[in-house]
Amino acid sequence: MINTSEVLETLQMIDQQHLDVRTITMGISLLDCCDADAKRACEKIYDKITFSARDLVRTGEAIEAEFGIPIVNKRIAVTPIALVAGASDTEDYVPFAKALDRARAETGVNFVGGFSALVHKGMTPADRRLIASIPEALAETELVCSSVNIGSTKAGINMDAVALMGRIIKDTAARTADRGGFGCAKLVVFCNAVEDNPFMAGAFHGVGEPDRVINVGVSGPGVVHYELKRVKGEPFDVVAETIKKTAFRVTRMGQLVAQEASRRLGVPFGIVDLSLAPTPAVGDSVARILEEMGLETCGTHGTTAALALLNDAVKKGGVMASSSVGGLSGAFIPVSEDEGMIAAAQSGVLTLDKLEAMTCVCSVGLDMIAIPGDTTAETISAIIADEAAIGMINNKTTAARLIPAPGKTVGDTVEFGGLLGSAPVMPVHPESSEAFIARGGRIPAPMHSLKN
Amino acid sequence: MRAIVTVIAKDRVGIIAEVCTMLVAHQVNILDLNQTILQEFFTMTMLVDTSMSTTPFAELVQTLSDAGKRAGLEIRMQREDIFNAMHRI
Repeated sequence: MINTSEVLETLQMIDQQHLDVRTITMGISLLDCCDADAKRACEKIYDKITFSARDLVRTGEAIEAEFGIPIVNKRIAVTPIALVAGASDTEDYVPFAKALDRARAETGVNFVGGFSALVHKGMTPADRRLIASIPEALAETELVCSSVNIGSTKAGINMDAVALMGRIIKDTAARTADRGGFGCAKLVVFCNAVEDNPFMAGAFHGVGEPDRVINVGVSGPGVVHYELKRVKGEPFDVVAETIKKTAFRVTRMGQLVAQEASRRLGVPFGIVDLSLAPTPAVGDSVARILEEMGLETCGTHGTTAALALLNDAVKKGGVMASSSVGGLSGAFIPVSEDEGMIAAAQSGVLTLDKLEAMTCVCSVGLDMIAIPGDTTAETISAIIADEAAIGMINNKTTAARLIPAPGKTVGDTVEFGGLLGSAPVMPVHPESSEAFIARGGRIPAPMHSLKN
Repeated sequence: MRAIVTVIAKDRVGIIAEVCTMLVAHQVNILDLNQTILQEFFTMTMLVDTSMSTTPFAELVQTLSDAGKRAGLEIRMQREDIFNAMHRI
């Protein structure tokens, strides 16, 4: 029998160290919902989602009760809507977002992701219409998430799309100004987007995926932090081993939940995403893990190295614990969703430039960062381009989820509430990138030899 | 179905008897039992089999938790699989 100390250790992880399954995300293909009549297409989308995910929330809650492990969110990811709506004879894609939102409300899930377009090499008319619809769609719907992939290692960076997204983000912020630019918290711009990501706002159901699939995202920064406190002052080899062991256990729990959900729902199991996802709760922070390694404040010199070790050790530990690993799988560093990151940003130690450096060694990118409301669209585009370049060159997923908070400036804080937390407005460089963004075109794909 | 029942409470007379009575009422069979005092707290873990019980598992979890609260005990029941997954390869 499992001994008492093992039982108590697990209970302590759940009660005091915020161990949870962050999300069970059901991916649903909507490719069979295409219709020349937009209204009919929206009906098909609503019907397919509400039928496919009718038991998702109930099943999640049952697993939660039986295993005694919190499952924080149940979510749905769908085929990028630009691919589905392209068949319909309409200019306005907002009704598609509304159909997703209605299906979300009916199924009771927390988020629906997939109001998305993949434009890393170029844009179809449908992609253009979808992107143009994003500001209104995000303002008019509650919990629909949108993402746009503007670059990839194989295709390069579509700088026309980058320029466009800067303007779209500004517009989205303006349309949700009464909520601190909340719409932007539901919009991610990707390079090398993955098709099986269970995390929001960037989840969508890739075209290479089956009709339906169950992907699970685990969490556990609090558990890693707690374990590292027990090896204070020990060399990094010990730190890495400790993180690996912890990640292994956390992921095994995720794998169990994923398999159970898959079996009960009769939907194939896809992947477990190994990401360390923080929450704004005290004791659930990635920044505090880095500080535990010996840094006074997250963002000071040494932060990138600490994060590199953490990210790699989480993967090494997690990969053996799951039969199939995928998604983003790494440590997340969303500023507003991490109590330690918020504190570090407020103290001025953690800057946008340092965050950019950190994204070179971890998942996923400049995430949930509030910037001054008067930041120009071109500056936002330039930040996206920098972030995409890191992903393109390093063969990894990077993303930008920036919130140009209307009417706010450095020193202010934007409150989003819940898992999205609160974001201190961070300074951006005032020097113009306008002429750079105005060029447009495409940054060519990089070569993969002569690496330096 | 095998499950782990954990009971944590301020130590007093009769806790094991009370918990066993609750389990009997729902036809839950005790397979193994460990009890100790940890930092002045009564701590007990039990391996139980719920296959004879007619009460659905999730309902059983809630019933035990509620009954525990009334008696000043923190009682949890979780499927054994979660502990095996985390502590056994």
